[in-house]
Amino acid sequence: MGDTILEVRNLKKYFKSPRGMVHAVDGVQFSIERGQTLGVVGESGCGKSTLGRCILRLIEPTEGEVIFEGRDICKLNKRELKELRKDMQIIFQDPFSSLNPRKTVLEIISEPIIFNKLMKGASKAEIENRVLELMDTVGIAERLINSYPHELDGGRRQRIGIARALAMNPKFIVCDEPVSALDVSIQAQILNLLKKLQKEMGLTYMFITHDLAVVHYFSNDIIVMYLGQIVEKAPSEILFNNPLHPYTKALLSAILVPKVGGNKDSIQLRGEVTSPIDPPDECRFAKRCDYRCEACEAGNPPLLEVEPNHFVACHCIKPGENLLKEREGYVSAG
Amino acid sequence: MIDESTTNSEVVLEVEDLVVHYELKNETVKAVNGVSFSLTKGRSIGLVGETGAGKTTTALAIMNLVPKPPGVIKSGTIDVCGYKMLELKPKQLEKIRGKEISMIFQDPMTSLNPVIPVGDQIAESVRLHENVSASQAYDRAVEMLELVGIPGERAGEYPHQFSGGMRQRVLIAIALACNPRILIADEPTTALDVTIQAQVLNMINDLKKKFGTALIMITHDLGVVAKMCDDVAVMYAGRIVEKGTLEDVFNDTKHPYTEGLFNSLPDISKKGTDLKPIPGQIADPTRLPEGCAFAPRCRYATDACREKPPTIHQISPTHFVECTAYDDPGFHIEGWQNHG
Amino acid sequence: MSREQMTAVTQKQGQSATLASRRYKKKSGFVESWNRLKTNPGAMFGLIVLIIMVLLMIYSFLFITKDDVMAINSGNRFKPPSAQHPFGTDSMGRDLFKRTIYGTRYSLTVGFFSVAFGFIVGVFFGTIAGYFGGWVEEIIMRVSDVMASIPGMLLGMVIVAVMGPSFLNLLLAIGISNISGFVRMARASVLSVKGSEFVEAARAIGMSEMRIAFSQVLPNSLSPLIVTATARIATSVLAAAGLSFIGFGVPVPLPEWGALISDGRNYLSLAPHLTLFPGIFIMLVTFACSLLGDGLRDALDPKLKQ
Repeated sequence: MGDTILEVRNLKKYFKSPRGMVHAVDGVQFSIERGQTLGVVGESGCGKSTLGRCILRLIEPTEGEVIFEGRDICKLNKRELKELRKDMQIIFQDPFSSLNPRKTVLEIISEPIIFNKLMKGASKAEIENRVLELMDTVGIAERLINSYPHELDGGRRQRIGIARALAMNPKFIVCDEPVSALDVSIQAQILNLLKKLQKEMGLTYMFITHDLAVVHYFSNDIIVMYLGQIVEKAPSEILFNNPLHPYTKALLSAILVPKVGGNKDSIQLRGEVTSPIDPPDECRFAKRCDYRCEACEAGNPPLLEVEPNHFVACHCIKPGENLLKEREGYVSAG
Repeated sequence: MIDESTTNSEVVLEVEDLVVHYELKNETVKAVNGVSFSLTKGRSIGLVGETGAGKTTTALAIMNLVPKPPGVIKSGTIDVCGYKMLELKPKQLEKIRGKEISMIFQDPMTSLNPVIPVGDQIAESVRLHENVSASQAYDRAVEMLELVGIPGERAGEYPHQFSGGMRQRVLIAIALACNPRILIADEPTTALDVTIQAQVLNMINDLKKKFGTALIMITHDLGVVAKMCDDVAVMYAGRIVEKGTLEDVFNDTKHPYTEGLFNSLPDISKKGTDLKPIPGQIADPTRLPEGCAFAPRCRYATDACREKPPTIHQISPTHFVECTAYDDPGFHIEGWQNHG
Repeated sequence: MSREQMTAVTQKQGQSATLASRRYKKKSGFVESWNRLKTNPGAMFGLIVLIIMVLLMIYSFLFITKDDVMAINSGNRFKPPSAQHPFGTDSMGRDLFKRTIYGTRYSLTVGFFSVAFGFIVGVFFGTIAGYFGGWVEEIIMRVSDVMASIPGMLLGMVIVAVMGPSFLNLLLAIGISNISGFVRMARASVLSVKGSEFVEAARAIGMSEMRIAFSQVLPNSLSPLIVTATARIATSVLAAAGLSFIGFGVPVPLPEWGALISDGRNYLSLAPHLTLFPGIFIMLVTFACSLLGDGLRDALDPKLKQ
């Protein structure tokens, strides 16, 4: 096997709200190998952004373990955590609000270096050269070094965000919808850049997105989230060619392909996403599922490995038996 | 320039040589620079482009809703079902908007009045254009809600009680309440989840078939275009660079920008091939060059491209492209990689 | 490449070439704001008036002695404005012009320092309240509410009555009454910025919360605070004048403008110039500060660009 850089065990994050306890992330478990990309997909409210932030401890997890290179970061004290920040970084979705509007490009990118004293005793010129090096790596022109974020377009701002994340030479980067706010032609540039950086610097990514085509292009393994839980996990080719969980199937069928006649009718999900507040102890997708049966109300289905490397959380799909296949004919007729 | 897709049917919209600029204190934003297209009854056209392409401004101009300072309609004519939109007075325009032509905007969160129940908002649109009583208008509102898939009992509820997808359906109900001939949808599903997007688009398609409404779909998403549109107009820097039927533009792509857009999309059926993005930045509408606005980013660009405005070539009775490179009869683009 | 290797490489590179940051000048936000401010006629008028006031104050330090201002000259009483006495003389024969100009030092220093005091204390606690929330916020805000509910004049009177009339006490009194306004504003400003992603980004590089609050969030919240501060100078000057008018301000013979108006109060029909001129000065400073404050609001807020 490879070298596991990150392992997450039973991660939970609950928020108190006036109406009850919000189960934003509810028992998530996975691991990532060094140099690989884990894609995290789901729609709004599934908890993927919260998950990303919990892994970096930008939000304190309620329960669970996040083991980075063998150490549980949830147990580290403030000083140790600050040390760790150099290895784990994040790229945000919104290039407009993720940069301090009052700082120049130079200040934004050099801040992590200066603050963490990564270049002890270095002169101003030396730090600046490092910033220029980073700018060059991500493709920002040298002449923009003293510009302010509001003077630049979304694509360039996102590159600044990437340069900032790289400034500390991290090993692991959480990419939270890094291209969703960008135009299509710029998206492709940034995706290529991220891929190139991964190859050159041996980075490990957790790539959070709602865009299935992008996640397929970019990830080695993918986890599909629904209401704070993983409903399916598989290498990306397997997930796309043989989706098992009904939600994954609906999600994949909803992808609009840019080809003439390429879009057959999608599976229509019933109703709306149920509430993440104090969810009942049953399969959370059951109410919207076309294949449901009584078994689906008997508690939360565990995530099981039903085929090599292919995990599904569904009462009706177990290793060696897939009850949904029998119901398929019944469903399309009805 | 005869566009054959329209000769045999009723033309409901005719836009000719539209030029719209925003004149600001220090600079002028050339949002739309000579756009022409037409729409036939019951058909749908996709206006595709990225930020700054001029799609929303075109749509606003069609409704004559461009904010007048700083917006200036420098030239062009717009004909909606025989009405000359740019020449009518405000009172006349009010009668047409909502009745002959309607528009739904991108953000369902802010397009609805938060303090008025949804049923009343739909009924309001009906009352404005038809001579019916309040209760008849309300009945029609309930009917429209059912039509868009929302239980009629919910007509008394407020917008915040609905989810994003449902709010968008309410907006569609308002837009279609008076059975307009044309519906303009400006990125209607961009803010919605993928599964909800599928529901909403299917619904728009059903209603379009049922009422024979012509549709202008503004989007940057080529997948949405493939699903919803009969015709496509690709826009860049305020001009239509390629125009044709869906098959023309998708299967016989001619313009380098269109090619670039397809190459920028990850293809689900082929993993691992690198994306071929369009290099450079999107054209700045305040600083458009003399020649072709796409030339700085185009790998086929020649000196002729940079010096003069691009030539318009007609590829087929329905397919047009604006590209000087095609002056050379032997020229063709490489074809997009992810085709097939 | 390890971090040590990285440092070595860049150290070598650093020796050559001028700094790129010197080659491509920063477009200072300050300069841009100043350019915007220049186009606002009201703000420029206000600024010029204030500059003139400061110049007059400097003039008074150089050329007007306390004697000029205090010496009683019974033969010269109630003279109307003339070439010799541009503002006339008062009930004790003293030159009103010299007294009024001398008085700028009181009004301007009270205005500036009481606001500075309120600003520093108020913004500090307001930032902490807004950023950290919880019981810290509760305590700070309730204390601030209590302070806000005491009318400024009353607070001033109490402080002066307890601690005796002196210029310093007046400054302190008005300074304290300025605090709660800034606490409230700073907290609101911070609340609107603290959820931004660049704050999360700062956390992600390991910054402590305190540091984020003051080095990342506060600079972005400063604009409305500066605008308020400028406007508060006007109200502070007015407050000082008011307190002096009723005798709770500067000790009696000192020519603070409010005190001057108070002196002239009894002779309104006989010598209206005694009330008029100090009154005009108060009005000018107040007006100037308000205009400047409004202009700053437009100039500092880059979102109003279009």
